[in-house]
Amino acid sequence: MSFETKIKEEYKWGFETNIEREEFPKGLNEDIVRLISKKKKEPEWLLDYRLKAFKIWKEMEHPTWQYSTIPKIDFEDLYYYASPKSTKEAPKSLDDLDPELLATFEKLGIPLQEQKRISGVAVDAVFDSVSLGTTWKEDLEKVGVIFCSISEAVEKHPELVKKYLGSVVPPTDNFYAALNAAVFSDGSFVYIPKGVTCPMDLSTYFRINAKETGQFERTLIVADDDSYVNYLEGCTAPQRDENQLHAAIVEIVALDNAEVKYSTVQNWYAGDKEGKGGIFNFVTKRGICKGVNSKISWTQVEAGSAITWKYPSCILQGDNSEGAFYSVALTNHKMQADTGTKMIHIGKNTKSTIISKGISAEQSENVYRGLVKIMPSAKNARNYSQCDSMLIGDKCAANTFPYIDVKNPTATVEHEASTSKISADQLFYLQSRGVDPEKAISLIVNGFCKDVFKTLPLEFSVEAVKLIEMKLENSVG
Amino acid sequence: MSLLKVENLKAQVEGNDILKGINLEVKPGEIHAIMGPNGSGKSTLSKVIAGHPDYEVTDGNLEFNINGKMQDISELEAYERARDGIFLGFQYPIEVPGVTNIGFMRESFNALCEHQGAELMEEEEFRAFVKTKLPTLNMSEEFLDRAVNEGFSGGEKKKNEILQMLIMNPRLALLDETDSGLDIDALKTVADGVNSMKSKFNAFVLVTHYQRLLDYIQPDFVHVLYKGKIIKSGGKELALELEKKGYDWLIEESKQ
Repeated sequence: MSFETKIKEEYKWGFETNIEREEFPKGLNEDIVRLISKKKKEPEWLLDYRLKAFKIWKEMEHPTWQYSTIPKIDFEDLYYYASPKSTKEAPKSLDDLDPELLATFEKLGIPLQEQKRISGVAVDAVFDSVSLGTTWKEDLEKVGVIFCSISEAVEKHPELVKKYLGSVVPPTDNFYAALNAAVFSDGSFVYIPKGVTCPMDLSTYFRINAKETGQFERTLIVADDDSYVNYLEGCTAPQRDENQLHAAIVEIVALDNAEVKYSTVQNWYAGDKEGKGGIFNFVTKRGICKGVNSKISWTQVEAGSAITWKYPSCILQGDNSEGAFYSVALTNHKMQADTGTKMIHIGKNTKSTIISKGISAEQSENVYRGLVKIMPSAKNARNYSQCDSMLIGDKCAANTFPYIDVKNPTATVEHEASTSKISADQLFYLQSRGVDPEKAISLIVNGFCKDVFKTLPLEFSVEAVKLIEMKLENSVG
Repeated sequence: MSLLKVENLKAQVEGNDILKGINLEVKPGEIHAIMGPNGSGKSTLSKVIAGHPDYEVTDGNLEFNINGKMQDISELEAYERARDGIFLGFQYPIEVPGVTNIGFMRESFNALCEHQGAELMEEEEFRAFVKTKLPTLNMSEEFLDRAVNEGFSGGEKKKNEILQMLIMNPRLALLDETDSGLDIDALKTVADGVNSMKSKFNAFVLVTHYQRLLDYIQPDFVHVLYKGKIIKSGGKELALELEKKGYDWLIEESKQ
């Protein structure tokens, strides 16, 4: 038996939903921006926000510093808005949804009808550019939790959206942040009021269906003083030969003593084994621990997308605040992932933890890129970083680019890194105990990712383990 | 009836011939010791029998008794051989970070059970079963919840191999230099483990450099391997003779 990598190309979420949809013309200009805003019946301030962002974007150059090889994207050849036609007028409830759409989410394992929901998780489903509706709304409203699409929030809670939108990731932040600010279509909004522990996990499920369409969703989570929320995010897309662009923004604000846990299982279509098709996943995720003793943690399992380029980060402004980043990034075939985090320590006694596990197979490229910055004001700041890479086969690559910038001498910064290889000897060891090769790989990989998986909610962690196993099926020939 | 039959076995790794015609027959109830100078092919022989994918059998026969019949196992994968009752104790046991020792052993044990049509064991029951084996090896329960071999000392790793052997209860145990790097107490413990499992139904092949181990585990046969061939076979006294005289006289003798 030779030791080589052969990874199954099957992507069981690759089906397309045949549904009538409404699209704006291809290409991007001021009129399209106005059209999106009009379509969504937005107030003047938001249109201004978009137009300003569009201007900024037009002045910007596509970034070139990343390690990944990104083919030139023709921004004039994309649709910037697509919605299922039947929801032209926003559905009053989930029962008004096109049955085809409900069936799509059922097929994805995300039943939207509330009676079918397993208890404990409220879901917002975003299909192409629109949110299809949110489950468990009433139960959440009873405790004052707002969980709805960002469009609905603009209409019903404009003061909150106006106050926090762009406060963590301003349009000037980067090329794709500016683009998103100009054309963002939908996404989720969460507000947890003072002193409230959100009674259930909140979850958004993103689905790209339309062809040649960019998805630009925007998520904003605000946790007021002494509140707590656990937020989960999942994503899939149909299997297509063309690349598709996904440029989202997630902003989190944690006020005094608030805690937000954000977990993602990202499984966008990654393209076929020759690297044809797949999603370009260029996402800006950032949280600010604005209040004292606040906490934000990001957990991500990145198993899809042709190119992933994202750095969920924390700005630790409040004294004693804590940020964490736990990541598993799996690449196979020709996938490229350039991912990591930034921890910006501003407040006193701030603490951050980074645990990153990269797994590369076939000819894929897996990069960890991270920044730990201790500002002069951050007395007694502490950081612990651990970046481990695992290689399967000998054609893939793993790179680590940790940047550490310490401007206060009282800081403690620790960094550990390792690279390992699933070797023929390791597999042989497990096999000599009667464990078959596929199970052996999955044991080794799951063991490698254990520190990250254990931070996920149970249901998600089971899903993550299965996903990784499936993605590595037939990894040994 | 034999358990293992090796006839004129030739094997290579990366194009280099290592085994150049080995003949060896092992019957149930026997203990064989394989000795020889460095690079003679001792470890290779045990890996080839266990089915390491890097080693290619180029000639000869490799048969193992499965269900009362001698069957060619040269085409079987390592995990299939393990399920049929062949165990290899590693000279350098491999670390598997993040996977608990007990979880790994249960995975392995249940794979064997499933293959043999026996009932699988639940977590609790399995732990209780494993705990019965710990005193023989002088191991504490704490070992079960640590990651496989991670941060284990050399001696602990070797004991862990023997623990796995006792759990899997193979019909043929190949122990590749299990004695190397052990102090005298650990050596005795490892020998106790082997002796506790020994029965008329199973057999051991001990690959070793030193006679020392054979003070505690009595071999029925001693074979001397040199340049990929067995140049001398004998009883326990051969090991003692080697201890005194080294290998040179045998090598000289074999050249004639």
